[in-house]
Amino acid sequence: MNDLKVVKTLDCSGTLCPIPIVKTKKAITEIEVGEILEMISTDSGAMPDMEAWARQTQHELLESHDEGETFRFLIRKTH
Amino acid sequence: MENGKRKLALISSRGTLDWAYPPFILATAAASMDWEVGIFFTFYGLLLLKKDFKATISPGSNPAMPMKMPFGPEGFQNFNWPIPNLIANNIPGFESMATSLMKKTFKNKGVASIEELRDMSIDMNVRMIGCQMTMDVFGFKREEFIEEAEIAGAATYLEFAADANVSLFI
Repeated sequence: MNDLKVVKTLDCSGTLCPIPIVKTKKAITEIEVGEILEMISTDSGAMPDMEAWARQTQHELLESHDEGETFRFLIRKTH
Repeated sequence: MENGKRKLALISSRGTLDWAYPPFILATAAASMDWEVGIFFTFYGLLLLKKDFKATISPGSNPAMPMKMPFGPEGFQNFNWPIPNLIANNIPGFESMATSLMKKTFKNKGVASIEELRDMSIDMNVRMIGCQMTMDVFGFKREEFIEEAEIAGAATYLEFAADANVSLFI
């Protein structure tokens, strides 16, 4: 994720479904098209849910990392 | 389905704390995915639209409910207390104790409160329809409910739900 420039980081650590995706949705409205949002979550369900969220909203999930107890996502706003 | 958006239509019919979660969780999740969302609050579900909403849980009517403690070491918190239904059903104050334990456990685990989820639903333009007939039957007044709710009947909900992609009765 080195050459990808993150313009905003959203830390959802400590919250459970549906808070991470609700906050991600809000955060994506606060950046410009083409910019990248980083989201950090400790919700064990975050990986499949973020993939579903990205498919449904058609924003681009560039990277997802499972770092043990923490999950890290990079999302590019597409519209 | 307007503007190519997916659509979720829910009926919320129960007013206890545990049953208050599913409609609001699904509504906020769907709205976060750009779905159009509407909820019809009917019978005991109507209570979820009250300004001074205070939901409790009823262990007596949910015999499989795990009883967990929201404090102490992890092993202690994960222990499921074997409370006989005779006690859960008959000891005065057991419901309010179980309710506060569940609220505390939810908070510790990072689950939003019902009030928070309802506020998020409002922010995300979830359409909330309170059942007029239920209001009349139980003698509620319009002023007891949040302003964001619209008060209408089955036909209004059905018209909304007619072209929904997902519709659920909760």
